[in-house]
Amino acid sequence: MQVHERLNDRWVTVLGIAVFITMLLTLYGVFLYAPTDRNLGHVQRIFYFHVPSAWIAFLAFGIVFVASILYLVLKEAWADRLAHASAEVGVIFCTLVLLTGPIWGRPVWGVWWTWDPSLTATLVLWLIYVAYLMLRSQMPEGPSQARLAAILGIIGALDLPIIHIAVHWWRTLHPKPVVMQTKGFGGGLEPPMLQTFLVALLTFTILYVYLTVLRYRHESDKAELASVKRRLQA
Amino acid sequence: MSKLIVLLKKDFTAELRSKDIVLTMLLFVLLVIVTFSFAFEPGSIEVGVLAPGMLWISFVFAGVLGLLRSFVNEQQNDCLLGLMLCPVDRGVVYLGKALGNIIFMLAVEAVTLPVFALLLNFDIWRFLPAIAVIFSLCTVGYAAVGTLFSAMAITMRSRELMLPLLQFPISVPLIIAAVKATGGILAGQTLAEVSGWLKLVGAFDVIFLTVSFLIFEYAIAE
Repeated sequence: MQVHERLNDRWVTVLGIAVFITMLLTLYGVFLYAPTDRNLGHVQRIFYFHVPSAWIAFLAFGIVFVASILYLVLKEAWADRLAHASAEVGVIFCTLVLLTGPIWGRPVWGVWWTWDPSLTATLVLWLIYVAYLMLRSQMPEGPSQARLAAILGIIGALDLPIIHIAVHWWRTLHPKPVVMQTKGFGGGLEPPMLQTFLVALLTFTILYVYLTVLRYRHESDKAELASVKRRLQA
Repeated sequence: MSKLIVLLKKDFTAELRSKDIVLTMLLFVLLVIVTFSFAFEPGSIEVGVLAPGMLWISFVFAGVLGLLRSFVNEQQNDCLLGLMLCPVDRGVVYLGKALGNIIFMLAVEAVTLPVFALLLNFDIWRFLPAIAVIFSLCTVGYAAVGTLFSAMAITMRSRELMLPLLQFPISVPLIIAAVKATGGILAGQTLAEVSGWLKLVGAFDVIFLTVSFLIFEYAIAE
């Protein structure tokens, strides 16, 4: 037990250090290394945070989906904790996507918000997983909270492709913001931009793992504390 | 199958005696339509433009009321416990409830449409067959997830708040499709022209009926 705990601690520390180093690299890349976009100017730099955040949100909700299925099959508390931790971190990054998007959109598109398919889908995604966290806060901790949360974790993920199709069809008749097309990465990016972007992607992924592990451990500690309390009362 | 009919019959008998679900929903829908009419000044704008949104907003909101009632009523006298002790698969219990909810919602919609047409002086009759297809398809999907979510919501502290919070975001594709298809029909399109939306709704119906059928046993308290 003791050894196991210490090993865990060491890994978490390593993760924390890795986040620190890669984040410094990312900041260097974003502000010093990557050139300023000729058309968009400095505001383009938000792209290095915006897109990795979106990727993490999808990754996090994907893990909620898998962990939810695992929980219903195995009935193991760790799967529920993983789903919970991942959902919380996912909502944070999804919020970041929704916040950084308008900061970029306002100077480039001229509006804070537009009902573009990607924006709409992200907003609905955010709503679903905020409801997921609300559901958890509505019930006492335990197997029934875990079961109902797992159901929403599964239904929500299954809904995503349908939402995606629906919002795309919904907006096809409307003109797409022209700049949106140049935003796609790969072809339109200078090599230093692409490198910075990839480092940012790596950084955010490690950050996601780090935060989720911390949150997961917090939940485990809470459960352990509760069981100790029960034993003392008995 | 016969078990399903027994379950359905039970819900019908209860509903015929109390008229709780359908009447609540119906009154609510009427209130929404009347409120809308005040907000938008009938006659000043094209009703056909407004109608799809107006109808679907009222059905979506009334739907969560009725869906929640269908399980809240079961909580009295421990009916839910009795239902779970029935020697049938939990999935069949779900199908019974879902089917009941679909029929109750369709009944409300069937009464609302003529009243809506009458109050807003809007000729809806020539669109009726197409509208019936769209409304039936969308109601199936809405009640499919709604029945699952109400079974979940009744165990929560503020269930009246939680059901819409769960139901609305998940139903977004359904609502978009319903409003778009209804709008298309009212603008003179044929069913074939809005068939893309109907296929999307069909996929939603099939996916969520199946998943809810399989998952329902976890949704209901043990």
